[in-house]
Amino acid sequence: MKMTLSAQHLWLIPALPLLAAALGALTPRSGRTPAAGAAIGAMVLSFLLSCGALATALAHPAAHATANFTWFAVGDGAVRLGWLLDPLTAFMCVMVSFVSTLIFIFSLGYMKDDANFKQFFCFLSLFAAAMLGILVANSLLLLFVSWELVGLASYLLIGFWFHKPEAAAAAKKAFIVTRIGDLGFLLGILWLYDSTGSLLFYDNGAGVLEPTALGGLAAQTTLCGLALSTAIGLLIFCGAAGKSGQFPLHVWLPDAMEGPTPVSALIHAATMVAAGVFLIARVYPLMAADQLLAGVPVHALTVVAFIGAITALLGALIAVAQNDIKRVLAFSTVSQLGYMMLALGVGSWVAAVFHLLTHAFFKALLFLGAGSVIHAAHHEQDIRKLGGLSQPLRVTFATFAIGMMALAGVPFLFSGFWSKEAILHAAHEWEVSHLPLFAGLAAVVLTAFYMTRLVAETFFGKARSHAAEHVHENSAVMTVPLVLLAVCAIALGFLGTPAFPWLQARLLGETEVHGHSLLDGSGLMLGSIVLVALGLGAGWAVYWRTPRAKDTSPDPLASAAPATIAFLGARMKFDELYAATLGRLNTFLAAFADFLDHWVWGGAVNFLALLGEFSGTVNREADEGGLNAGFDATSEKLRQTGQAYSHAQTGGTHGYLRTVAIGFVVLVLLVMLGGGR
Amino acid sequence: MNAALAFIAVLTLASAAVAMALRNLIHSALLLIASWFGLAAFYLWAGAEFVAFAQVLVYVGAISMVVLFAVLLTRRSRQDLAVEPASLGRALSALLVGATVAVVLARAIFATPLAVAPTATPTISVRQLGAQLMGPHAAALLVVGVILTVALLGAVVLAATDRADSKENAP
Amino acid sequence: MSPLQVCLLFSSALFCIGLVGALSRSNAILVLLGIELMLNAANLNFIAFWRYSPAPAVGTGVLFVIFSIAVAAAEAAVGLALVIAIYRHQKNIRLQEANRLKG
Repeated sequence: MKMTLSAQHLWLIPALPLLAAALGALTPRSGRTPAAGAAIGAMVLSFLLSCGALATALAHPAAHATANFTWFAVGDGAVRLGWLLDPLTAFMCVMVSFVSTLIFIFSLGYMKDDANFKQFFCFLSLFAAAMLGILVANSLLLLFVSWELVGLASYLLIGFWFHKPEAAAAAKKAFIVTRIGDLGFLLGILWLYDSTGSLLFYDNGAGVLEPTALGGLAAQTTLCGLALSTAIGLLIFCGAAGKSGQFPLHVWLPDAMEGPTPVSALIHAATMVAAGVFLIARVYPLMAADQLLAGVPVHALTVVAFIGAITALLGALIAVAQNDIKRVLAFSTVSQLGYMMLALGVGSWVAAVFHLLTHAFFKALLFLGAGSVIHAAHHEQDIRKLGGLSQPLRVTFATFAIGMMALAGVPFLFSGFWSKEAILHAAHEWEVSHLPLFAGLAAVVLTAFYMTRLVAETFFGKARSHAAEHVHENSAVMTVPLVLLAVCAIALGFLGTPAFPWLQARLLGETEVHGHSLLDGSGLMLGSIVLVALGLGAGWAVYWRTPRAKDTSPDPLASAAPATIAFLGARMKFDELYAATLGRLNTFLAAFADFLDHWVWGGAVNFLALLGEFSGTVNREADEGGLNAGFDATSEKLRQTGQAYSHAQTGGTHGYLRTVAIGFVVLVLLVMLGGGR
Repeated sequence: MNAALAFIAVLTLASAAVAMALRNLIHSALLLIASWFGLAAFYLWAGAEFVAFAQVLVYVGAISMVVLFAVLLTRRSRQDLAVEPASLGRALSALLVGATVAVVLARAIFATPLAVAPTATPTISVRQLGAQLMGPHAAALLVVGVILTVALLGAVVLAATDRADSKENAP
Repeated sequence: MSPLQVCLLFSSALFCIGLVGALSRSNAILVLLGIELMLNAANLNFIAFWRYSPAPAVGTGVLFVIFSIAVAAAEAAVGLALVIAIYRHQKNIRLQEANRLKG
């Protein structure tokens, strides 16, 4: 069947889940089956439509097919929105709808005992609709609206178990921290609109990503000699950094793991956190507009590359010392997102998107595997208390191992290897600096190490707690998505190997695929294979060879370097740092405002009041002495008159209102009968 | 065009009328929001786009929230939402007064020669409005700003529970 | 019947609905909402006359409605704050019981 979908009908892809969310909101609490059915059905349909869109996009990969329309016109200005269909949109739509479908199905099993099952699917659908909205938008405004909706859905889902105080706090933290980035994003949007008068990406030559606008933006300079496009690009990157958990706004992502595990898999691993990467890839022409300028203090993409490199290394370091199975994965997500940003920064946005796609599959797989472990082990998440699960959880173990090898970058068979290679290769060719490359290579070793640790602690040795001793494999509704994702985690890599870079060519809009020999750059590849082997070997030596005996026995690494591991385990104290600096600044400002209020303004007001009191006293003395007697008699009369009239004041509001109405009628009748003027 | 007007009018009037007759306060408030939306649609129909957006922002967005909050803050239990029915006598007298006003207004409208030529929908741009507001009507704009500020402060003072105050009032 | 008359009839109907509501209901919030409806009806008149005026470019009607909406917002805020204050005082919001100030 050859199905295609043109840009005009692209809105159907996000509209279907939105409809499902609306239906879910309207069904009563007991309507579990209809709500879940609608959500999954809508997602499957969206997936099919996305495949159609992909077919259309692949037929003309170089075209940016758009369908723009006027949302509303106010006077002589108009706000225009639109849909955009190009290979980037299409690949992302297919990935998001496919992963969402599988995770929705997994949630059927994972959430089946939850009282708010219906709401969960309603929120999930809302999230999927907003995420797909980001992907198909051809307008920065529409993208921003969807972006905020995604943030809202994320807030609702992190705080889904809101009766737990940690979950409620994590939801607030995620919302507020991402909002800091979004403020920059919004400023960037406003500035862009002010300078170009449009927010459409592609609009037959008039869009902001097209040469006319870009040339104008790059030609102007603004604060500190930055090109205008650099300044706007960096502001937009603020939003991307917030959503994608980049340093220094990464602190919310690990806490977001308080949400149900399917949510962590869908939002905080596969899709939403990748939205930042997608955003930068989408506005890549804008970010790269300053590349040819000489003499500017900094290029936007250089900042992106260094932030990405720092994040990649930082996330991997912290992940080594975490003990919660989901936190390890969360920090590895931070690290992998850093890789993607690094790839964007060094100029290879196709490598970033390639890694985004493969990462979405294997990270969703890992999170769902973790969810399967947690569900089977009665909500025990501490890897020190797990262990020995490879026997009872055969399917989970096999798929988790595939995901782990993909993430660690085990050569040739697994998708993570190819996409990571593409990024390292791009970093190698970057002319500005080789520091990001070294950060990336260091993160390769660490990734292989902590993933080996995770698998060894969770699945090998013997069970170290009561919960881990009595586990049973989960039902097919949870294992089948795992198997499907595992297949994708392997197969997807072959879309973009250096020998046949089909995906990269299509993203770049080429119809021909020019393969390279695998030997090109084989030195770097060999080096990274050695590093992966080093990481795996170290993990094996430390954790696998002699499994932990009891849940209280010390971590071998922690006994070797207790201070370092404690520091990493406390996430490098970032939360404490922010509390000590920004939090304290806030408290200080509040105290200062309070002081101003109390002493300066309050003093002024009190002084004025004193003045008033004084003049009042003077007045009273004069009154009582001289004027009173004459007035007393008059006021007695007035009082009596007032009393007489006051009987009309019944206190009944309705009576007054009625009187007014009747009076009005009488007046109009008088005018009409009197013949007007 | 007139069909659209009729549709908007019927929708607005029906939701307003039902809102005023219902016993459940929340339902009344929601229907009134629908009716305010109808008015916004009317403004759009008449070409006053800015006013339509202001109507949506102020009535549908802000006042409706204040109303809903007031409803929720002034009930003691779930059952409290259902208001006791109005006394029959007052309802009848209200209807009588309302009908009289309606008849008088209708007669006045029909009696006045209002035969205007059907013209195209006028437009007024935000730029023009802004120039008017900031130019000849600047004083009024300032006064409205002051009124809004004072009203905001007043509302806060009225609705705030002052702990010290309640202590003073205690015997 | 000219279109202007239709608009005016629409507004009078809305006005009367608001009036009946304000007169017949005893709940203070509903009375306030009835008054809001009456205000809206007045706004509607302004817009209708502006729509059919010979010189709409002047925009007096529109400006009037903008001010009126602003004042209505202030009125609603203060009115509802009063309702809450009354509620705190007498534990219900029936208007006929709020008659402490009668003569």
